[in-house]
Amino acid sequence: MEIFGIPTQALFGQLLIGLINGSFYALLSLGLAVIFGLLNIINFTHGAQYMMGAFAAYLLLNKAGLGYWWALLLAPIIVGFTGVLIERFMLKRLYNLDHLYGLLLTFGVALIIQGLFRNEYGASGLPYQMPPQLTGGTNLGFMFLPNYRAWVIIASLVVCLGTWFVIERTKLGSYLRAATENPQLVQSFGINVPRMITLTYGFGVGLAALAGVMAAPIYQVSPQMGADLIIVVFAVVVIGGMGSILGSIITGFGLGLIEGLTKVFYPEASNTVIFVIMAIVLLFKPAGLFGTQK
Amino acid sequence: MTMKRKLTATLVGAAMAALAGAAAAEVSGGVVKIGVMNDMSGLYADIGGPGSVVAANMAVEDFQKTSKAGLKIEIVSADHQNKPDVGSTVARQWIDTEGVDMIVDVPTSSVALAVNQVIREKGKAFVNTGAATADLTGKACSPNTVHWLYDTWMLANGTGKAVVETGGDTWFFLTADYAFGHALERDTAAVVEKAGGKVLGKVRHPLATQDFSSFLLQAQASKAKVIGLANAGGDTINSIKQAAEFGIVQGGQKLAGLLVFITDVHGLGLKTAQGLQITESFYWDLNDQTREWSKRFAERHGGKMPSMDHAGVYAGVLHYLKAVEAGNTDDGTKTVAKMKELPTDDPLFGKGEVRVDGRKVHPVYLFEVKKPEESKGPYDYYHVRATIPAEQAFRPLNEGGCELVKS
Repeated sequence: MEIFGIPTQALFGQLLIGLINGSFYALLSLGLAVIFGLLNIINFTHGAQYMMGAFAAYLLLNKAGLGYWWALLLAPIIVGFTGVLIERFMLKRLYNLDHLYGLLLTFGVALIIQGLFRNEYGASGLPYQMPPQLTGGTNLGFMFLPNYRAWVIIASLVVCLGTWFVIERTKLGSYLRAATENPQLVQSFGINVPRMITLTYGFGVGLAALAGVMAAPIYQVSPQMGADLIIVVFAVVVIGGMGSILGSIITGFGLGLIEGLTKVFYPEASNTVIFVIMAIVLLFKPAGLFGTQK
Repeated sequence: MTMKRKLTATLVGAAMAALAGAAAAEVSGGVVKIGVMNDMSGLYADIGGPGSVVAANMAVEDFQKTSKAGLKIEIVSADHQNKPDVGSTVARQWIDTEGVDMIVDVPTSSVALAVNQVIREKGKAFVNTGAATADLTGKACSPNTVHWLYDTWMLANGTGKAVVETGGDTWFFLTADYAFGHALERDTAAVVEKAGGKVLGKVRHPLATQDFSSFLLQAQASKAKVIGLANAGGDTINSIKQAAEFGIVQGGQKLAGLLVFITDVHGLGLKTAQGLQITESFYWDLNDQTREWSKRFAERHGGKMPSMDHAGVYAGVLHYLKAVEAGNTDDGTKTVAKMKELPTDDPLFGKGEVRVDGRKVHPVYLFEVKKPEESKGPYDYYHVRATIPAEQAFRPLNEGGCELVKS
């Protein structure tokens, strides 16, 4: 059977691949949405922090002998901590100013970080081996699914839904959401709002680093890896609606699928299709698919 | 008598001084200014990048050691970000306001073709080492351009031919969607078909793609024996890495990296790269001279061994300066003509020539990447499998469609 001249089997394969790429989009845009939703900062350093996560995994392995599973735990903590420092010493001063200042600052920081890594490690990147437990793959009949990619989908789904649950359905999440609505009021209830905001930024950054660790065995660990991805991820966030947690997750997976299909039907456009969709969505729903106009 | 002799000596001296003055006037602005333009920060930055500036500086220093001309030489550099518009803007600015006489390196074929046009218009000199498209000495050839290092025809006839000869007669191309990828795909397909093989399909991906799995699945479904990678740098690295993940090589299909640099092998690691057949015109460990030069280079470039592009920049700049000295001018058109007239001779590529179409010819090597256990350490990566003599390595003069050849 064929659909538009493509055998259905091949189509299933491509959809699955799209879902895998969508997992990365979802993880990254989730971090961005959390940071924007709660701090009102457009975190352009996100791509660099994703890259730092991959490098942290590489360095943990080669300098400390700690493998993939340790990296999955430690890299987000380490990179998240650098995020805390950035928030404490720089971003904090910008909360009263226009969004643009936060954007400029984080963009500048991203360029500096990428430049430093490129000077030290070069542009071709470094190899990072797959954990032995996840090598090989399963033949699904319509495609060969590498075990590692299956793991990426599952891990990403769990992390995304977990984050959504914490923010939307728990007491901690309710504090967070309240603090963005009215920080003074929440503060007066004895909750340390500045610290909560700092930790939220650290968490968002940690999510980026986690995605970086997951990407390391698939892509080259290179200073450029985040810069290439971040623009797409921003488009995902804009389409989903700035600051909408669930929106960013659904849009991330959805756009992965659409991009996957584009790679079959018109590969040349695969790096622009997301921006075309963004333009269309903004025309009809300026706040994004899941966003609310403030 | 002595009086007369003294007078003669003075006159001769004065004449020589005047001559020297005239000679100096032939060098525009009193300084030969060389611009190194390449990708300083993106996916091709390790192939050329800051290393090319190091190589150009080494060429100037080595030239000054033996030269008697006392030329003042200056080097500037810029990042073209792999964008043709950025490249041609920088070239114009360099030439119009900064007095740059020659531009060197310029990887990324689309940018190289744009810069080629600007240089021709302005009558300056262009020594291209970084870009692959054979059109630079074909339909886009120019009296102001020398294409030094390699091209798509050479790559196709090196790796492409070697793979077809070992039984890889059906191909599927994974092609970078711009001038370079298209030229490489075209030239390789021609070689495959000429040898009786067949091209079953192709897919064109955007430059600097992260995820190749979708394209690899299409290649897998084509059942072609060989998947030809008509891309470069980070794109090639990611394709090879992800092909391993999707079990493409275990499934019996073979990968042919049509343009792979030593820096890519370094980034991939031998475990993934082993067995790849690669065509290059330079490897640091070829002979005593290349080893000596590469060691000097590495000392100045953070311990990293040179890519063939770095070697090309060095040799190209050296030959350019020799031509400036011999022709007593830094006029672009005249100097490039001089470069074609003088035989080339340098420690890295040996003796050779620049043809009338601007093509520099030299021997080319077919390498095979070593297994991890065969390598003695970082950068000990290649076995030499074959040496293709200069006259066979490049496209015959009359087949390129270059207008300079007919006239």
